[in-house]
Amino acid sequence: MKEWPLWEVFIRSQHGLAHKHVGSLHAADAEMAIRNARDVYTRRNEGVSIWVVKAADIAASSPGDKEALFEPANSKVYRHPTFYPMPDEVKGI
Amino acid sequence: MGRDEALFQYLLRLGDNALVLAQRLGEWTGKAPVIEEDLATANTALDLIGQARMWLTYAGEVEGKGRDEDKLAFLRDVSDFRNVLLVEQPNGNFADTIARQFYFDAWNVRALGALRGSRDARIADIAGKSVKEAVYHLERSSDWVVRLGDGTDESHAKMQAAIDDLWMYTGELFAADEVDRFMADAGMGFDPVTLHAPWLEEVERTLDDATLATPGAGHMQRGGKQGVHTEKLGYLLAEMQFLQRAYPGAQW
Repeated sequence: MKEWPLWEVFIRSQHGLAHKHVGSLHAADAEMAIRNARDVYTRRNEGVSIWVVKAADIAASSPGDKEALFEPANSKVYRHPTFYPMPDEVKGI
Repeated sequence: MGRDEALFQYLLRLGDNALVLAQRLGEWTGKAPVIEEDLATANTALDLIGQARMWLTYAGEVEGKGRDEDKLAFLRDVSDFRNVLLVEQPNGNFADTIARQFYFDAWNVRALGALRGSRDARIADIAGKSVKEAVYHLERSSDWVVRLGDGTDESHAKMQAAIDDLWMYTGELFAADEVDRFMADAGMGFDPVTLHAPWLEEVERTLDDATLATPGAGHMQRGGKQGVHTEKLGYLLAEMQFLQRAYPGAQW
């Protein structure tokens, strides 16, 4: 069982919301990963849908590229939609 | 046999099956092969404890002597337990635990399915709530039977040995006695014999997928439903009941 791959688990907590990363686990294949995710991460009624992705299949940005990727946006205030008041009734945004 | 006595015995059987198996599964907590299985096994145990609570609470009410679920679980002696012998068998290795679970789940799904149609509304209600859990348990245990059976040479050999060793405890699930017949005739229970063919069909199909051989007919052990247990149940109860026996009425 030591060679079981690592899976990243995403749970959608209610209809209309996006899947959210909740953690990772080991499993032999996708089917087992979903069952394990059910038992590890949804025991208290947390979810309506589960996604699992092999951790090795996720391409990630490099921490070294942080400046080039993210800093240019910070200096352009007009890109941040902070000028619009959100109605209280709108949830999940 | 009066209605209340038959109903009481019947509810004890259902409750004790779930309670004793849950206690066995709980013994894995903290030392299952991998953490994911540790949690999943404990989950199954908790589902079964929930089922046991509902059955035993109802049993206590039917008996009418003021015994609640806790009194029934913690203050009865071995010979007053009514679970089948299968569920009290020790955990052994992981394949032994899976074989025990698979045999039981394949029966439990059908038993609870039948009880959903019980003329006793309370039984029908408890069965309806429990059967969804049982279906998931069966999915998990069948999956493991196939993975281990159709796995490595070593896992195949261990799974086959577990399937063979526990086989003699499966006959009791389908053997009717006076209590079963009373409950079936009253429309409150089911005739256990009727579950045998569909159970066997499922077991054969799964074992076939797992490249395992289904054991042939042989001598079957029985007695648990009437309170005649293997010596293993005494040790299990000693651990489970210790606190209430040593410190009566203790709460946390």
